[in-house]
Amino acid sequence: MTDNTPTQDKQPAGPVGVPEQGGARPEAFLSVRNLKVHFPTDDGIVKSVDGLSFQLEKGKTLGIVGESGSGKSVTSLAVMGLHRSGQARSRPDISGEIWLDGEELIGAGDDHVRKLRGRQMSMIFQDPLSAMHPYYTVGAQIVEAYRNHHDVSKKAARARAVEMLDRVGIPEPAKRVDAYPHEFSGGMRQRAMIAMSLVNNPELLIADEPTTALDVTVQAQILDLIRDLQKEFGSAVIMITHDLGVVAEMADDILVMYGGRCVERGTAEQVFYEPRHPYTWGLLTSMPRIDKEETDRLVPVKGSPPSLINIPSGCAFNPRCPYADVPKGGITRTTRPELQQVEGDHFAACHMSPEDRTRIWTQEIAPKL
Amino acid sequence: MLVYLLRRLVNVVVMLVIVSMVTFGIFFMVPKITGSDPALLYAGRETNKTAIEGIRKKMGLDKPITTQYGLFLKGIVAGRDYDQGSQITHCPAPCFGYSFKNEQPVWPDLKQRIPVTMSLAAGASVLWLIGGVATGVISALRRRTVLDRVTMITALAGVSLPIYFTGLVCSAVFIYSLEWMETINYAPLTDDPAAWLNSMILPWITLAFLFAATYARLTRATMLEILGEDYIRTARAKGLKEQVVIRKHALRSTLTPIITVFGLDLGALLGGAVLTESTFSLPGMGKAAVDAINSGDLPVIMGVTIIAAFFVVMANLIVDLLYAVVDPRVRLT
Repeated sequence: MTDNTPTQDKQPAGPVGVPEQGGARPEAFLSVRNLKVHFPTDDGIVKSVDGLSFQLEKGKTLGIVGESGSGKSVTSLAVMGLHRSGQARSRPDISGEIWLDGEELIGAGDDHVRKLRGRQMSMIFQDPLSAMHPYYTVGAQIVEAYRNHHDVSKKAARARAVEMLDRVGIPEPAKRVDAYPHEFSGGMRQRAMIAMSLVNNPELLIADEPTTALDVTVQAQILDLIRDLQKEFGSAVIMITHDLGVVAEMADDILVMYGGRCVERGTAEQVFYEPRHPYTWGLLTSMPRIDKEETDRLVPVKGSPPSLINIPSGCAFNPRCPYADVPKGGITRTTRPELQQVEGDHFAACHMSPEDRTRIWTQEIAPKL
Repeated sequence: MLVYLLRRLVNVVVMLVIVSMVTFGIFFMVPKITGSDPALLYAGRETNKTAIEGIRKKMGLDKPITTQYGLFLKGIVAGRDYDQGSQITHCPAPCFGYSFKNEQPVWPDLKQRIPVTMSLAAGASVLWLIGGVATGVISALRRRTVLDRVTMITALAGVSLPIYFTGLVCSAVFIYSLEWMETINYAPLTDDPAAWLNSMILPWITLAFLFAATYARLTRATMLEILGEDYIRTARAKGLKEQVVIRKHALRSTLTPIITVFGLDLGALLGGAVLTESTFSLPGMGKAAVDAINSGDLPVIMGVTIIAAFFVVMANLIVDLLYAVVDPRVRLT
């Protein structure tokens, strides 16, 4: 791995290990403990997120990686408290703890969480064209976000909107502020979206696949912009993506999700250089590499993601795991693997012995990358 | 924009000419082919050859069909003279001819009827817009609750029950059983506002019930769709109050399809609310159309048709203009 590998001087983002025991106020800025988001449906309970824990410090970036349906987006919506909106009966059952800056959010009142939303925590969505209201100007939408949390005049808010548009690199911001979203290009729209999410200087920014809807040349610009703004505002960033290239570029820590659970987490270096879970291996071998000469075929992860209604009772990845037949030392198939420490802050949930995994990684997987 | 408007106005005129051609063709050309004669209709049952000849001459039925149509168009635009041999009667524009039944010019009678229909349509549309959209929104927000189910079943009843049924039930209940109001004949608003209001309330309610039902269902469906849009999630992610999310973000988008349907409904209604007017004996355009059809009064039917067409075409134009106001993505070119 060359250019999109995390650089060596990056420091691990504080402890990413299992957070302290539940109930107590954690030290980390954001601490999620045993988060479960279950949607009751006619066909059964959809366990979109089933016992997820992680921590994040200010100024650091956590990359959450996984296939579609692995629970990445549901996690972010739960942190934002967006599952609360809408009707009571379509709300999911949510349990666990979400601590933001010393405050527990799952047990907090709807109105309290609403006031934090947009101000203390904010979100960038995937497709800026559908995520912005087509009938209101870009400026009006930024002004709305600002005035919702600041008691200022329309004029002052508008000046702030122009300032933010300028900051995210939109040319002629004083003119463009009155344009409608459809009059912007895709990249410009995402910039405007970022301006809207950052207008209140949030401490936590969740970017849900912020570059997926953009073309490749614009992707890098948007990632640069998010990184610059993060440095400037010192916010904590959760970068949700299925693109390992994006996390390699952005993340301090990486959390790999599969079937609503965390299968591996650690610093970016650990997950990229010393991954210890077959699913992470699969993701790495399926990633196209621009720095490789040979035109090897990409190796996809075989099979499809599990149904979240009937998650296999043992390891959720077992049906797709190429190493399912490796002897597990008497562990039955129906036992669910828990996260086990690999080294320092590096954890993985696999029944294979650490020795087997180290051997498979160094001998079979790493040479192919 | 101005070019667009001009082009659309030209379209309006073309459309009206086509409507007039078709109606004229149906009433004056088809009878000729099938062997019957408009002059006979005009003359009535007891007639003789000379009388019919006189009528033919007076109405211009002896002239070629294209000339007749030309005279008909000229009558609408500029007025026309009828030559009865001994005297010439002038029919000022817009002249739709003389009624076969009472031998009076058609237009002055219709002119009196337009305000009746307009009163009916305007009042009812205000009621059904407010009622329909409000219940639709509430139903969407309280989806799958008892309230939602009750409203939607009521709405289904509203769509299914014909006007003459709800109208008669309303009259029976409010006038004859509860005696909350009396049967009062229509009076123009400017003459007697109290009587006007009194004569209009029940027709308004009856007509509004029918339309409100459709609008409630349409609003509910659209609202539910809009609430699933990404930009609604964005609005919530900003920390806006749910009430603001609904009012400012969801409702505005919901109204777009409503405006379309509303414009067309109102346009059609201005051409005469046939059933409502008949049920409540309101002397509007719809009543005139029914009476004219029953008695084969061709000029009146044609007059009503063309005026109704005018309202529909204008309503269409206004809807398209409004669309651009509501949705900034729409460009009028």
